[in-house]
Formats: sequence, structure tokens, C-alpha cells
Amino acid sequence: MKTFTITAAVGMAFATIASAECGIEAGSVRILGNDFDAISIVTDEARTCASDDVEVTVNLTTEHKNIQVPALSIDPAEYTVAIVANNSIVPLLNDGLIRPLDDLIARYGEDLSPQQMIRVGGETVAIAFMGNAQHLYFRSDVLEEAGVEPPETYEDVLAAAEAIRAAGIQEHPLAATNAAGWYLAAEFVNMHLGMGGDFFEAGTAEPAIENEAGVATLEMMKALSEYMGPDFLNYTADEMKALYLAGDVAIMNQWGSMAGAHIDGETSGNADVSEATVLAAAPTVGGGSIPAAALWWDGFAIAANVSDEDAAASFQAMLHATRPEVAAANPNAATWLIPGFEPTETSQAVLATARAGALAYPMTPQMGLLHTALGAELTDFMQGNETAEEALADVAASYRVSAREAGFLQ
Amino acid sequence: MSGPVSVLGRRSRARTVALIFLTVWLIAATVPFLWTLWGSFKVQADFFSREDWRNAIFGVNTIQQTGDAFTGDGYAGAWIEREFWRAALNTGLVVLCVTSVSLMVGTLAGYALSRSSRQYAFWLLIGALIFRAMPHITLVSGYLLPFFELNVWGVLPTAIVVLVAINQPFTIWMLHSFFLSVPRDLDESAMVDGCSQFQAFRLVIIPVMWPGVITTGLFSFLLAYNDFVVTALLLNQDNQTMVPKIASFLGTVQTEGAIMYAVAAVVSATVPLFVLVLFFQRQIVGGLTAGAVKG
Amino acid sequence: MRTKVFLGFVAPSVALMVLFIALPIASIVVQSLHVEHPRVLEEVETCSPFGGCTTELRVDTTATDSLREAEPLGRFAGLETYLNRNHLASAEIGAILRDNDGPADVVARIYDLPFYKALAFTLAYTFLVTPIAIVAGFFVALGVTGVTKGLRGPVIFMSLLPYIVTPLIGALIIYWMTGSDGIIGATLQVLFDDPGLHLRASPVLTWITLIVYGIWHMTPFAFVVFYAGLQTVPSDTLESAMIDGANRWEQIRYVVIPHLAPLVTFIALILLMDNFRVLEPIVSFQAEAHATSLSWAIYNDLYGQADQLFASAAATSVLTTIGVAVLLMPSLLRTWRSFRERGARS
Repeated sequence: MKTFTITAAVGMAFATIASAECGIEAGSVRILGNDFDAISIVTDEARTCASDDVEVTVNLTTEHKNIQVPALSIDPAEYTVAIVANNSIVPLLNDGLIRPLDDLIARYGEDLSPQQMIRVGGETVAIAFMGNAQHLYFRSDVLEEAGVEPPETYEDVLAAAEAIRAAGIQEHPLAATNAAGWYLAAEFVNMHLGMGGDFFEAGTAEPAIENEAGVATLEMMKALSEYMGPDFLNYTADEMKALYLAGDVAIMNQWGSMAGAHIDGETSGNADVSEATVLAAAPTVGGGSIPAAALWWDGFAIAANVSDEDAAASFQAMLHATRPEVAAANPNAATWLIPGFEPTETSQAVLATARAGALAYPMTPQMGLLHTALGAELTDFMQGNETAEEALADVAASYRVSAREAGFLQ
Repeated sequence: MSGPVSVLGRRSRARTVALIFLTVWLIAATVPFLWTLWGSFKVQADFFSREDWRNAIFGVNTIQQTGDAFTGDGYAGAWIEREFWRAALNTGLVVLCVTSVSLMVGTLAGYALSRSSRQYAFWLLIGALIFRAMPHITLVSGYLLPFFELNVWGVLPTAIVVLVAINQPFTIWMLHSFFLSVPRDLDESAMVDGCSQFQAFRLVIIPVMWPGVITTGLFSFLLAYNDFVVTALLLNQDNQTMVPKIASFLGTVQTEGAIMYAVAAVVSATVPLFVLVLFFQRQIVGGLTAGAVKG
Repeated sequence: MRTKVFLGFVAPSVALMVLFIALPIASIVVQSLHVEHPRVLEEVETCSPFGGCTTELRVDTTATDSLREAEPLGRFAGLETYLNRNHLASAEIGAILRDNDGPADVVARIYDLPFYKALAFTLAYTFLVTPIAIVAGFFVALGVTGVTKGLRGPVIFMSLLPYIVTPLIGALIIYWMTGSDGIIGATLQVLFDDPGLHLRASPVLTWITLIVYGIWHMTPFAFVVFYAGLQTVPSDTLESAMIDGANRWEQIRYVVIPHLAPLVTFIALILLMDNFRVLEPIVSFQAEAHATSLSWAIYNDLYGQADQLFASAAATSVLTTIGVAVLLMPSLLRTWRSFRERGARS
């Protein structure tokens, strides 16, 4: 009996220490997020805030986008914390399901850097803790053999691809995430941002892609695809990684978060390719000055329909989970946006892309609808069945229908 | 009733042709699975090789990375590191409950439908068929908000009830046709002897209906076992069943090696099915014979 | 059976179906007739970690909420969603029919509309996979009856494999095998002596791959049912046919097949319905560039991105259900007739 008491006392002491570390007195922390490694590092840290008075539960699932709106609509919400990105925060914002964080920041967030705060209309709606972007991966050995300089623009990329093909080194030296659907649309967004194009008429939800910038974007995507394998409409990020590591590709536009898997020769399965890989910022295009890449962040938002006590507990737990020590202990897991993070080799190119002035993926309420329309309607053009103008007209028509249904257009 | 051997004869040309066709089919049916079974003991760079598919056979990278041509890393990762056993337990619980509840509810309804000749029975059957036509993803999306409001989202009983309900149309159609094949005289004479309709059903009909019940049970079982939409959207991470768990190994973007957990998990998930099919083989056959033939 | 007893027996099943299927279907139909209220948009400054601040739109949630409270279902739109470009596209079809360069142009332009593109593949898939799977299932069943008894268990299991391995992974592995570097893809390149042969690259080859996968996946279902049916072929009929000098094929043709005919209705019913709702292979094979289906359109509306288009998904779902009902009409009429006969007998 005595041992039991001692163990219990020790347990309680630890619990007190743990919650003291997080600074939470009481409350319930319920986290919903996507299922991938970097996020589970954060949520595992948040779990350490659990104590007798603090409950911490975590649900990481690939279906998070589909359950977040109903889960946060009820009162009290099923989850107090939603881990979101540029695009998945939008449905929550549109329905007013997350709360402004400014008073919580004033009370607990003195260590946050202003760069982490996602602000909409003067209110902080989310705290970002990691960043991501697509950027260039290229094989220095192949480029050297073909006698070309590392590309800095997409025009350079085309020239390099031609040189590599002409030298007979590779038949299909390029790759991009052109898989029909979400990925293809993301490539369009990247390129269109680089072209300096807008997606919507200023101040309205009317699409603004049927113009020169839109056509130029599509024509560049098509020109690049001429140097890709015939099944380029199936290239997802995973597929492209396999292709690249098999040594079939010399230059590609890949997600920064996957850098580690490419350049770590021990696990990549092809040490020579990993060794020769250079990571570089996304190129510019069409004489533009900013990289043709959208920047992404992952961060957390706090549900509106929860008690202030739970909101405060959740905010503190998430601050604890994204403190500088976490980033320092896992430097290769992500491009952390946490203050004091020393970028490693794997995150340099994402940060270089950001430094070069790349724009963030738009958080406009109707952007997701345009993204879907792009993903579905651009495939005919990429296969050469339509002109760029026809494809853009299809995208706009498809988008207008969904935007009308969602109430953005009348 | 002589066996099906007499359909083909022992040494006929028809039998030879049928056996050749069967061989071709068996190759087509099993090669992908055997390929998976073999590949589950390799590393990702081999099984999903873009260089040369022969790597999956010889395990070039597996030897390089682990020192041996075979590795149990996929299994260890899935079962121990990612606690696939928990998902297996959940699946066991779900399929057991779904199958038994489906059958209990379904046999009652199927029996009544087979014994009624009123118009409403027909319309109930047609209604059930139309219900089955509605794509599941649409139905499940509609459940989310009410389930959150009632605070029943995320737990196994909810998923079980939904799976039973979604499976009812198929179950009652199949059982209805089985019961049609059981002569009406059987329960009618029991009722003349003083049984109630329910007693006649329970004491006279069910004992001769086991094969049909088991066959229908097998399909309920497979539905619950392989379901993705319902379990992925209605269960939280702690209560995940095998298929959403496997999907989570694949993730939105694959983590190096985790895809092999999925492959190992799929192979593991097939073993209980093998045992099940061998065990119920006779009943399955006897069962379908009884009902479906009479349509 | 008396109505009261009948109700007692079917009550639990009907209650479940009403609660979890009929009511949701009713709400889906209602939903398909409504669209969201106009969102009140305002321009605000948006700041993110990179790229600094920009002026972007935002939904004014308080203003939108008050609209919502007044009419929680949304704005009544009637059949607008059904008729819009992403569904039946009545206006677009009208325009194409009024002004075109001949039948080929009409077909090409209609096929460019998402609903008809999906419908084309859905129908092709349904009408190719269903009969071929039924015929293949029949021959597999005939073959299995010829196997010695001891081997039948394992043979049945092996034949069932394509149906029981989780489609999520089953299709993924087949997808990988059919890639240009996969075992099937690479072997086909060698067989046809064409290094440019990519199963994933052309629409025709993608359709063929998906349909072959569908047949492979669905044959076991037909097989199990037929195999069971074969067990009850009356031996006396077979014997009398033999005495009449019928050879094996004639026996199969005139005795076995008619005996199994009722089964075909049942299998066709289930296969037509399941094939018409084809989704998993398209997702797993990442085939949406070349082939989409009605179920895929619903999936894309609900899970394609962060936003969910419920009305659009609801409308496609209702159209799918109507499509299934039309497909099944012959079987339904047959059931109706047999039901009437049964009623007349008792």
C-alpha cells in the first residue's frame, strides 16, 4: 500500500511538473490534424501537457479536411485545436469556426515571432509553425555532363532539358507534379504566381485567368511536359520521387518537405543520385522577378465553439509543442517557422524561395473552388486536345458554377 | 443429387478446356497477391522500384540496406511500431458485431418478405434496392454533423450500426431469396401444430437455413472487413479499423518505408480470410445453392 | 402472413434503413434543390509568414450567418444544380445542338462536359465488366467443379482473392505493376516491341486497364454464386440428356445454363449496381485525366479539396440513383411478375 502511495505521489509530482512546464492549470485539449510525421512530432509534444486536470487527445487522420467543419460547428466543438494549412483554414474561416487569437497571444505568446502569425483583417487567426514550397531539385552530375549551368528561370530549365536530351543523356529529363487533380492545379498556381497573374478580379470572386498570363502559364507547363515521360499526368510527389531516385530525371519541381528523402543516400536507395542532388529555389518565369512557387504554411487554429478555459489550455499546449527546443531537436523533420530555428540543408531551398519573394498560396475564400476546377479541366489541354484558351474557358465555366452554388457569385 | 463432376465428366474435352481456363484464371487471380506476399519482405526501393521490376524479386536494395534478401521490417513496423494489432482488434470487433447484428435483423426481415405476398412487401424490396444505389460517400457525409451533435461520432458502436444499416438492403435481398427456396409447407404445418409465426421461424426454418445464413454472413463480413468510407470518416484515430489504418500508412504523402507497412498489413489482413474461407467452404456452397437458384 | 406479424418481423430492419438511408436520402434530395446563400464578402488585409500582406477577400461571417438563420437550408434553386454545366448542362447542350460542325463535333463537345465524360466511362465500364465478369465467373465455376475435392478449398480461396483483398491496396499494387517500369507494363513493352507503350499515358489504354481490373475484381463474385448453383444441377435431367445422346457441351448448353438462368438475374443486378458506382480503381489508378465516373464526380465534390460542394454532390448522387434504377428496370419488372405470380398462387 505504501509503495502505491509513493508511486502515486511521484506520478502526481511529475504531472505537476509537466503541466507547470506547459503552464496550464486545467482544461481540455483536443487536437485534429493531418496524418504525417512532422505533425505527429508536434502533437506528441502537446501530449506531454496532459495531467490530472489537463486532458489531451489527438486525432491525426488523412480525412481531417472532411471532418473539420462538422466537428467544429457543434457547440462545444469536438476539437479545440485544428492543425491547418493555407487551404484547409479557409472553410473554417468562411464559416466563422475559429477564434481570433490576439488576446491569447497578448497573455501567453510573448515568444512568438510576428512572422508566425497568420492575420486576416487585423485579427490573428492561426499560428504557423512550419513552411513548405515546391522548388528545384537537380542532378549536378547530369547538368555538368550536358554542359549547362544550374537553371534560374524556367526558360533555363527548358534549355537545359533540350541540352540533356540532345546530348543523349536522358530522353525525359524533366518532371513536375502534374498528376491530374489537386497536384496539377497546384502547378498551375505556382506558375501563374510566377507570371505575375491574378486569380480573381480585384474585390470580387470573378475569375481572372482568361488572359495572357493564364495562356503563358499553360504554354510553359505544356512546353515543360514535352520533356517529361508520356505518363506525366500521373506524376504525384511520391511517383516523382521514385522516378528521380531511379535516375530517370535530371531536373524536377518537388515539394521541399520531401528533401530529406531525396538527399539522404542511406535510405533513398540510390546513393549516387542523392549525392549529386542540388536543392535550389524555385525558378522565375517569363521575365518575372519572383519564384514561380506558392508558399505554404502549416499552423494551428483554435476553435470558436469552446470554453475560454479550453481555448487557453489548447493555445498554451500548442505553444509548448512548438517551442524552439522541438525544432532544435528535429531539425530535418520540417522547415520550422519557429523562432531560433537554424535551417538545415533540407530546408534551405524553401527558405531561399521565400527570401526571393515568392507569394503565399492565396487564402481567398473561393480559391479552393478554382483549384478544383483547374485540376479537373486542365487535363485536356495537357494532353493536347484543347487550346490554352479553350481550357481556361472551361476552367472559368466550371468554377463559376461551383462558386454560384457556394454563394460566392450570383 | 449427384456432384458437379457429372456436369463435366471425368475425362471429357470440356473438362480439359474448363481446367485450362481455370489455370489461366488462377494465375491472374493469385499472381498479384503472391507478388505482394513476396514483396512484403523487401524494402520499398525494391518492391516499388522504378529502375527495374526484377529488383522486387531479387531484393538488390534489400540486401544493400539490411544485409539479407528478406526483411521483416514491414511487419515489425506495422504490427509493433505503428500498433496495427490495435486496428486488427477493432476490425475483429466491428466485423463480429456487424455480421451477427446484420444477420439477426436481416433474417427476420428476409423471412417475412419471403412469406408475404402483399404489395407493400414488394415495394419494400424495391425500396431497399434503390437505397442500395445511393453512393455511400454521400450518405456518410450527411451523417457527420448529426453524429457530432449527438456526441456519438468516433466510437465503434456508431460505425457498427451504420455498417449494419448500409448493408441491410443486400442482406434482406439475399436472405429473402434463400427463404423463398424453403417450402412454405414447413412453417405452415408448424403453425398448424400450434407454433406462433416466430416460433415456426426460429425452430423450424432457421435450422434448415444455416447455409444461406452463413453465405449472407460472409458477404456482410467482407463488407465490414473491407469498408473504407464509413470507418475512415466515422472513427477517430484510437478506434481505427484496419483499412483506414492501412490508408494512414500511405498517408497524404508517403513516408519512406511506411508504404511497406501498408503492404505487410494487407498481407496480414488476408490470413484470417484464408482460414475463414477454408472453414466455411462447404456451407458457402450449400448456402447459395438453396436460395439464389430460385432467384 | 398477416400485416401485423409482418411488421413485427421487418421492424428492426426497416427502422435501420429508414433512419440511416431513407432519411439521409430525403435530405440529400432536399439539399440538391438548394444552393448556399450569397456570401457577404469584404476586402481585408491578409498576412502570412511569407510574401507579407496582401488585400484579399474574406467572408463576413456575421452578415452571412444572419442570412443563414433566416433560411437554414440555403436558397431554393429548384433544378438549377441539376441543369448547370457541371451536371446535365442543358444550356450548353442546347447551344451545341443549335450550332455545330456535324455529328463528330457534337460528340466531341458534349464529351468535353464533365458529367457526360463521366457518364461515358461509367456506362462503358458497366456494360463491359458486367457481362464479361458473368461469363468468366461461369467458366471458373465450371473449372472448379472439375478439381479434385481436396484441392477445392484452396482453389476457391485463390479464386476469391481479387474480390477480398482490400481494393485500396489491391488496386495500388496493380497500378504499380502496370507502370512502364512495373512487371506488367515492362513485359507488355517487350511483347509488343514498343518502348513507347505506356498504359497510363493514353485514354484508350487507361480505359482498357480499368476495365480489365474491373473484370478481375468482379469475376469472383459471379464465380461463387455460380459455383453454388452448379451443385444443384439435377442429375436425372443430366442423365436423360446423356441418354438422348447430348455431348458435354450440349448438356451445358441445354441443361446447366437454363438451370442457372435465375442466378444470372441476381448477379447482374448486383454487378450492374456496383459497376455503375465504380470509384476505387479510378482513384487508385489516378486515372482521372482519362476516365472519370459519376461516383468519382461525387467524391471530387466532397473530398477533392478543402471545400465541400454538398448540393453538387447531392445532385450527382440523385442522378446516379436514377441511373441505377433505369439499369435495373428489366430485373425489377421480372421481380414484379414473379411476385404477382406468387400472390396469385397463395
